[in-house]
Amino acid sequence: MSTASHTHVSGALDDHGHAEAHDHHGPPAGFTRWMYTTNHKDIGTMYLWFAFFMFLLGGTMALGIRAELFKPGLQFFDPEFFNSLTTVHGLVMVFGAIMPAFVGFANWLVPLQIGSADMAFPRMNNWSFWLLIPAALLLIGSFFVPGGAAASGWTLYPPLVIQQGISVDMTILAVHILGASSIMGSINIITTILNMRAPGMTLMKMPLFVWTWLITAYLLIAVMPVLAGAVTMLLTDRHFGTSFFNAAGGGDPTMFLHIFWFFGHPEVYIMILPAFGIISQILPAFARKPLFGYASMVYATASIAILSFIVWGHHMFTVGMPAAGNLFFMYATMLIAVPTGVKVFNWIATMWKGEMTFETPMLFAIGFLCLFTIGGFSGLVLAIVPVDITLHNTYYVVAHFHYVLVSGALFAIIAGIYFWLPKWSGKMYNEGLGKLHFWLSMIGFNLAFFPQHFLGLAGMPRRIPDYALQFAEWNMWSSIGAFIFGFSQLIFLYNVIATIRSGKPAEQKQWEGADSLEWTHLPTPMPYHTFVTPPIVR
Amino acid sequence: MLLKHLRALSVLATTFVASLAAHADYHVDILPPVTPVSREIYNLHFGILWVCVVIFVIVFGAMFWSVFKHRRSAGAKASQFHENTTVEVIWTIVPFIILIGMAYPATQTVLNMKDTSNADMSIKVTAYQWKWEYDYQQDGVKFLSNLATPRDQIEERDGKVGAPKNENYLLEVDNPLVVPVGKKVRLLITSNDVIHGWYVPQLGINQYGIPGFIKDAWFEIDKAGTYRGQCSQICGKEHGYMPIVVVAKSPEEYAAWVKDAKAKMPPPATVAAATPEAPAGATPPAADPNKKWTLDELKSAGEKLYAANCSACHQPTGKGMPPAFPALDGSKVATGPKAAHLATVLKGRPGTAMAPFAQLADADLAAIITYERNAWGNHTGEAIQPAEIAAARK
Repeated sequence: MSTASHTHVSGALDDHGHAEAHDHHGPPAGFTRWMYTTNHKDIGTMYLWFAFFMFLLGGTMALGIRAELFKPGLQFFDPEFFNSLTTVHGLVMVFGAIMPAFVGFANWLVPLQIGSADMAFPRMNNWSFWLLIPAALLLIGSFFVPGGAAASGWTLYPPLVIQQGISVDMTILAVHILGASSIMGSINIITTILNMRAPGMTLMKMPLFVWTWLITAYLLIAVMPVLAGAVTMLLTDRHFGTSFFNAAGGGDPTMFLHIFWFFGHPEVYIMILPAFGIISQILPAFARKPLFGYASMVYATASIAILSFIVWGHHMFTVGMPAAGNLFFMYATMLIAVPTGVKVFNWIATMWKGEMTFETPMLFAIGFLCLFTIGGFSGLVLAIVPVDITLHNTYYVVAHFHYVLVSGALFAIIAGIYFWLPKWSGKMYNEGLGKLHFWLSMIGFNLAFFPQHFLGLAGMPRRIPDYALQFAEWNMWSSIGAFIFGFSQLIFLYNVIATIRSGKPAEQKQWEGADSLEWTHLPTPMPYHTFVTPPIVR
Repeated sequence: MLLKHLRALSVLATTFVASLAAHADYHVDILPPVTPVSREIYNLHFGILWVCVVIFVIVFGAMFWSVFKHRRSAGAKASQFHENTTVEVIWTIVPFIILIGMAYPATQTVLNMKDTSNADMSIKVTAYQWKWEYDYQQDGVKFLSNLATPRDQIEERDGKVGAPKNENYLLEVDNPLVVPVGKKVRLLITSNDVIHGWYVPQLGINQYGIPGFIKDAWFEIDKAGTYRGQCSQICGKEHGYMPIVVVAKSPEEYAAWVKDAKAKMPPPATVAAATPEAPAGATPPAADPNKKWTLDELKSAGEKLYAANCSACHQPTGKGMPPAFPALDGSKVATGPKAAHLATVLKGRPGTAMAPFAQLADADLAAIITYERNAWGNHTGEAIQPAEIAAARK
């Protein structure tokens, strides 16, 4: 927040003496605390643990995939089960890990950073979390029904998905529930941000994390119903004799692709914009210097969000759209490089002539900056229609979206956890383990995914359980990298648990450069209810 | 000029990486292009890659300079500057100009690759789960193209040691697509069941085959040779096992191939490209359509044909993989009335993974169906004759 250094806030910490008085009706003990809670901190915690559990589950599936691909030949899985692994890995990571993790951050941070006591609709907040559980059970449970889990890729393209068994219906139902949860969460976030800011907290004074989530929430409301419509049409094509996507009945499979990607591309930004917000707060904190261009960061985020609605066709260059269609989507996609470039330049200008220290959150933020930029470059390469045609559905694409989603979204989430965990838990994590986690993640990730660019350039398609011999060497290295990356996340799990159980007490302002309200106005550990009386921001 | 230097540099870099890799196959670039379009693609990728490398060096240079110089342990003191309109305008405009420089050549290539007019010949490509059918519109040749890699090279589960793998493991087919060099070939690509992708990197083609729609693409190969690719769009269980092989021959050799291939085709409206002893296109169409085969002849031929066409889903054991791929062993269809069995195989089951197999010859279908009705626990004792298949087709 660039303006924060000029921001004065009335009242001192003992504003919260008032909050302390409420502590006697703090959290009840045991399971009911979590079941019935309407407290944004509790709900945020639950979202984050849920996301972490799903991350480990989806990661286990990924390791299954990499084990099968370690060398040519079928060693472990039936090809159909392999397809289920890639499909459910994608769905679990997108809908079960990355999105809930960001909603967890929003729950924790939005009220703290705008100075409100809680979210606007606390009971709906509880409901949007608990909806995730049946959805996850449906997704995971689909592995155990006859025929196995959905095996069409996470994009669920018909007619393939029409052929498959009851697991597809379970997946469709899960997507519906997750969509409802996301829409409720988004309404809550938008309402909170627009109505519950502390006096003086104008929109252009909000920390960037809050800004990015405001924009993300609008994206979610715009596109989740589109996905719901698409999967409902799948459901009726499967069971009720409609022919939305069946040419024999007057439909068109391509129409599903259009509808799906009209959802799917904004979805990509739903998973990266909050990451931009987190990074935009961590880099200035450790550079001890305001974000270079606060206003231009806000405008760049909004531009990316708007552009995200007119680029879906770049997922479909091999469908055979007319030249004019391909060209339109190519130009629109290339245009996204401009605001994204603005962001990267801003972050570097923020680091420039700062006074940097390199604690774990900063390491992950710099890791994000480096690797997300590489993902941006490969995105630019893929935007060029003729080049995309030779790379579409190859491992180059797999490498590209893992660079933006793992070293982009996930690294930002990890950076954010290390950054805010001291505030949330009141205890400090182990810095040595954090650094070990970073370096192993960095090495493992790049070893796993950089060679996949080469595999794609050489023409290896994605979603195949076995491959020709010329792909063997890079696949072997990729698998080794994936296992290093996967197992190093256990260090993270251990570090977080050890911090919560027995970490050393953290300071109120653990990071001297941090300047948003949770650091400047709230004690560590925080009371259960915060900002019961709103602070006044000048 | 600059491009030339960059290319030399990249060759050098590639050689360096390759020498590191010693004998192993560490390929790091797009495969050598063999058509005008794929050559344009190669050059486009090459140019964009180098633009990205230059930007990368500048951006990462600034970032790491900052990381090493502007750190507290190096004695840096934080300045508090922020916002500078001039800088911000520059870093918005400059990337925009670079993008226009990239978009211009790309646009030309898009228009070129979309121009399928004035083709010298057309081939209709139909995708099936999991094989390709090529139908030469002018030359009248039509055949199926299946994976040729034997299963025992693939299967290594349950402690099995796979047979030594062929050089072109998983990228080899029984009947390749043969085309003449130097002719503009237009492909009409479609699918019979789910979405597939006809992808041969060296030809610069990656086009979905969409059931119910025909999309087109073209290539003009300028160098005789064999070019390999495979299905690019996930299409079910055997997605990884539907390769594409394109053999480009001189026009004379191509003409000879057409003559030969035509001779192998079953004459229209008559029966039997293959005798049960030597299945599927391996022999001239000498078999007498009215010959009666014995149960044993049909069964033994049917077993091989079943392994090639049916066992991927219904499994060699006939147990299938329910519910998507039902068991044939003891099934109502395979043990009940013949007519229903014939109809299922010939017409498929719409809305399920069961595709029509009408493209197979009558004798082959007779052998397969006889086998299915008399293998495992099925003992109908019925021998289905090619003439019955021909009748059922009507």
